[in-house]
Amino acid sequence: MTLRDALGWLLVGAAALYALVAVPTGGELTTMINGSIYASYAILALSLALIWGYAGILSFGQAAFFGLAGYVYAVAGLNLESTPLAAVIAVAAAAGFAALLGYFMFWGRISDVYLGVITLTVSLILYRFINQTAGEEWTIGAAPLGGFNGIPSTPILAPPGHPDEPFLPEQIYVLAVGALLACYVICKLAMATRFGRAVVAIRENEGRAELLGYDTRRYKLGIFTLGGAIAGVGGVLFANSVFVSPNMFSLQTNGQVIIWVIVGGLGTFAGPVIGCFLLMALSTWLGSLDAGPGFAVLDPNLVMGVVLTLCVLGLRQGLLPTALALGERLLAKARGTRGRGAAELGQPAEERP
Amino acid sequence: MDYALIVILQLVVTIANLALISAGLAVIFGMMRIINMAHGEFLMLGGYAALVSHQAGLNLWLAIFVAAPVTVGLIGAVLERLVIRRLYGRMIDTMLATWGVSLALVGVVTVIFGNRVSGISPPLGSVPIGGYAIGLYELLTAGVTALLFLGGWIVLRRTPVGLIARGAMQNREMAAALGVDPARVYATTFVTGAAISGLAGALIAPITGVAPSIGSVYIAKAFITVISGGTAILTGALSASALLGSVNTAFSFVMTPVLGEVALLAAAVLLLRVLPRGITGRFFRRSL
Repeated sequence: MTLRDALGWLLVGAAALYALVAVPTGGELTTMINGSIYASYAILALSLALIWGYAGILSFGQAAFFGLAGYVYAVAGLNLESTPLAAVIAVAAAAGFAALLGYFMFWGRISDVYLGVITLTVSLILYRFINQTAGEEWTIGAAPLGGFNGIPSTPILAPPGHPDEPFLPEQIYVLAVGALLACYVICKLAMATRFGRAVVAIRENEGRAELLGYDTRRYKLGIFTLGGAIAGVGGVLFANSVFVSPNMFSLQTNGQVIIWVIVGGLGTFAGPVIGCFLLMALSTWLGSLDAGPGFAVLDPNLVMGVVLTLCVLGLRQGLLPTALALGERLLAKARGTRGRGAAELGQPAEERP
Repeated sequence: MDYALIVILQLVVTIANLALISAGLAVIFGMMRIINMAHGEFLMLGGYAALVSHQAGLNLWLAIFVAAPVTVGLIGAVLERLVIRRLYGRMIDTMLATWGVSLALVGVVTVIFGNRVSGISPPLGSVPIGGYAIGLYELLTAGVTALLFLGGWIVLRRTPVGLIARGAMQNREMAAALGVDPARVYATTFVTGAAISGLAGALIAPITGVAPSIGSVYIAKAFITVISGGTAILTGALSASALLGSVNTAFSFVMTPVLGEVALLAAAVLLLRVLPRGITGRFFRRSL
């Protein structure tokens, strides 16, 4: 483990400690409800960071799995006794749907740009479909799909065996942050395995990986399915923080995830999570400014769109890699002067890790 | 008999509608290999341009056929200058940047017009066919689409401008060596695509109404049509519209219109599994 990795884990641990210990003791309910929404979105950002940043799969419709899991959870939760079982079914459904879609795309050997468009289209069609399910006939068991309004009666998770005592918002918050941390660790671990290395190799050069004997389609399908499952976890938590509605599939949601990943830094896991928290905070703040007529110009869509365009045109790397590169340059500079000093004393210069 | 006729006309209208909303995207994608994520917003702006100029007292037909394409063409020119030009050859970056533009345009229009649906009442009334009726305006839209594609074919195949455009797309360096300015050709193509999208958006506006977020309704269908069509601009868009439009109509007919759209998408995903390069990647390969 390099120094940089250790520092990274230390920072992640500190952030998790802050979010799990310091924030709940402060005890403001709105902060925590917002916190669980942010955390579930951050999990969605993490799933895109995984499949786009590490596997090079351009999924522009990652919110499809997010929304699908949310809806499956709500429907299953309203029909079944046990909400934890519903959550498991929901994540499995998101993963299964990702696997099915991935099969068509990877075995069809669709190029990345087309792939982006197809995934986005899938998400938008789900949006259209759910949007029109307002009528009585769109009821699955005890769960009306509710069309544009979503399902306000989305059940809240309850501990297994105690279906009558659903978690409080504070507990959902802890659960969401814990899940975010768990997903981060899973992503990190997945990338450290042989499978993860093969996935990165395929991103770097698919033809070469194939010539080395890897069936790239299987690896891509595997990582895409994992990404779908993680997005599904985010969707279930979002359903618990707010409730499910067609907006989970919308063009805006899909766009936002991409903006978080781009702004935070493609090819990192922590970057997109940071990007998500920063930009969510920004758009919440912009939304709260709505009072004055002069501020109406700062429509969240407008601001996000401009941020995305400028990031693509200017800040190619994203925040985290830019900050890391800057830090490393400063470190190298400091070391360089120290190294020279040591060399003058006849000592070998410090070896760079 | 009347019923059969009305079903056929409905099918033609659906196909034409699909071809119309995809036309501008097909021009920009087919010629420049740029996936313009702001396409839906170009359609939306076309609708608003027609609406505003009509409300300001302009004749409806002038608003649709002149004001909308000119306005959106100008907006396209500005975008090309500010964003697209910096990103030529970087397909994914262009996609992302135009997505940003798309969100920003939705934001701007929401600020100006508010987040609500406005409408233009469809002109012309309807024609009775036996016991049924079909909107005359919708038939006119189909006719305009046919003319648009015919015009596109003539321009590309029979005029010097079309020849230069095709040449610059095929081999940029060679065209430049022969005295063509590729940057200008690209800019013109983008503006043309934007103007066509503006016209399409204005033509559809009386049927569907306009709202700031209406672009997302079109964009999925337009993309899937263009990509299923493959590289040939006109033949691709037309053949994909015909195929997907038929699937859409059939399923809308048996089930509901929205399930028709779901079937359209499912058909496109299946199609791309079999023909990853689209219809014109396999058939009609030498066509435009």
